[in-house]
Amino acid sequence: MNEIPSSGFEEIRHTADWALRVWASDLPTLFTQAAQGMYRLEGVEIASTPRVERQITIKGEDAESLLVAFLNELLYLQETEQLAFDTFQCAITNHSLEIKAQGGPIRHLNKAIKAVTFHNLSIRTTPQGLETTLTFDV
Amino acid sequence: MVRLQDIRKINDYEWEIPATYREDMRASVRLFVTRRLLEASLEDLSLEQAINATTLPGVVDPVVVMPDMHQGYGFPIGGVAATRVSDGVVSPGAIGYDINCGVRLLASQIPYEQAEPHLDDLATALNRYCPSGVGTEGEYRLSHEELDQVCRLGARWALKRGLASEEDLRRTEEGGCLEGADPAKVSHKAKERGRTQLGTLGAGNHFLEVDIIEQVFDPEAAQAMGLHEGNLALLIHCGSRGFGHQICTDYVQDLQSAVKKYGIRLPDRELVCAPIDSPEGRDYLAAMRAAANYAFCNRQLLAHAARRAFEEVFAGKVRNWHLHQVYDIAHNMGKIETHLVNGKPLKVCVHRKGATRAFGPGFAELPEEYRPLGQPVLVPGSMGTASWVLIGTETSMQRSWGSTCHGAGRVLSRHKAKKEIRGERLRDELERRGIHVRAGSMSGLAEEAPQAYKDVDEVVETVAGAGIARKVARLRPVAVIKG
Repeated sequence: MNEIPSSGFEEIRHTADWALRVWASDLPTLFTQAAQGMYRLEGVEIASTPRVERQITIKGEDAESLLVAFLNELLYLQETEQLAFDTFQCAITNHSLEIKAQGGPIRHLNKAIKAVTFHNLSIRTTPQGLETTLTFDV
Repeated sequence: MVRLQDIRKINDYEWEIPATYREDMRASVRLFVTRRLLEASLEDLSLEQAINATTLPGVVDPVVVMPDMHQGYGFPIGGVAATRVSDGVVSPGAIGYDINCGVRLLASQIPYEQAEPHLDDLATALNRYCPSGVGTEGEYRLSHEELDQVCRLGARWALKRGLASEEDLRRTEEGGCLEGADPAKVSHKAKERGRTQLGTLGAGNHFLEVDIIEQVFDPEAAQAMGLHEGNLALLIHCGSRGFGHQICTDYVQDLQSAVKKYGIRLPDRELVCAPIDSPEGRDYLAAMRAAANYAFCNRQLLAHAARRAFEEVFAGKVRNWHLHQVYDIAHNMGKIETHLVNGKPLKVCVHRKGATRAFGPGFAELPEEYRPLGQPVLVPGSMGTASWVLIGTETSMQRSWGSTCHGAGRVLSRHKAKKEIRGERLRDELERRGIHVRAGSMSGLAEEAPQAYKDVDEVVETVAGAGIARKVARLRPVAVIKG
């Protein structure tokens, strides 16, 4: 039997928009998986050169707020600078998030997400770690 | 989960979930559906979301849902909620990310028979003149000062530059400009996204559609609108682009703390809100109106571009290639309106998300020629089916907060649509049926396939049966341009 990976994401059913279940052993990995899942839904492909780096600092009410703000910041950089990221170093406290994101110019994008929503958003503790479901407005 | 037995039938087109269904409900839910559409809506979370909307502080009975409803996030698509201005809230999530997403209809005197040989050229020209696709930039690159003017002036900004006519503005909801917009309440990020996207269609379910006016149901209203059977018309469906998305994103994030400050308890964080009469509520409404004005201007510039395309293709080939404006309406918007509640006028903020204002006859804001008839309502269908022109009624004022449906409404998820439908095959099928297609991506086309939507005719028959709109004309698409 195949072992379920300790972190990952999968698309789940939604009538009009997109929804993504994300799981990980800890919060920084959950944030990274959520970003990778969002890019996968959009069909983002990143050019190998030039590599770029961005420092992202976010303040929020709680972990859910930080997650939504982080992903929305990635969408903003995607639209205004045509950049996407594949490597993240996260430092998270209750009310702030510091992320060093590395990536490059977007080579291909199938369909852009308009926004990341708070719809029924809750980061839950599971026996394996953490899990959440994100809904995206497309 | 709501079950069929929890819902009370009022008549064949109207049902109710009583306010006693759940403890935290402050109002009932009124559904305009047939039994068949109701059963279909039990398949997703749209009714749960409508029930959640009844928990908004200051909500006035009832929350309404339309037959094209489907699951959204926080608030259902096809939902209408009115909150008291005196002590109620405004909720950005109940208006949506694409603020003032809406529809504009232009009509022509070009007979289909004369246009038919040139439709492929027309699709190409429209595709060239009206930029579409993901994150597309248009020909208008605005300075921050110019963008602020667009926020304040709406479609009037285009008029000042010779890109609109007085008639265009007169035949636009609110004259194409909402009072009370304040660009100072819009973030730098939103402005950066908005500066380069004016005059663009975008992607997703937004489109341009050339139609033939197939059947007229109300000759008097059709005459007033200049709609004649057999002639070409053009529908534009789009909104405030990244500018509106960012404004909604910013305020949904910021109001997460406001609900704590005002002690508001909600079943879903996407419904975050603030009292209308609070600094947070006023700021959001001022920013939302800026986005609404951006969208009115955006559709105006697309109409101007479409007119250039019509001129390029039809000049010298037909006698009159002019496109006159029929109307322009919003279907994602929050409006301060006065409605009769228990026989007394009450000032409310009407949240319409995927629902169209449908005011009845006599409404002062309407252009003189429409005032005795009611407000035109534009209902785009899915590709390859039909679109509709309707008109508001006195019943819509009494039963649905002066609102009606906005489209066909999705039934199939985007994921499933892409899995089951191939974009190339769909394009070929549409072309075989005489519909000329220009699409930015084949997977995007597949997501918006007609099979992914409800039957728009059934939706329209339902609102007409319920009396919350009257049928004026049915349009059949002959060319579709998608991002």
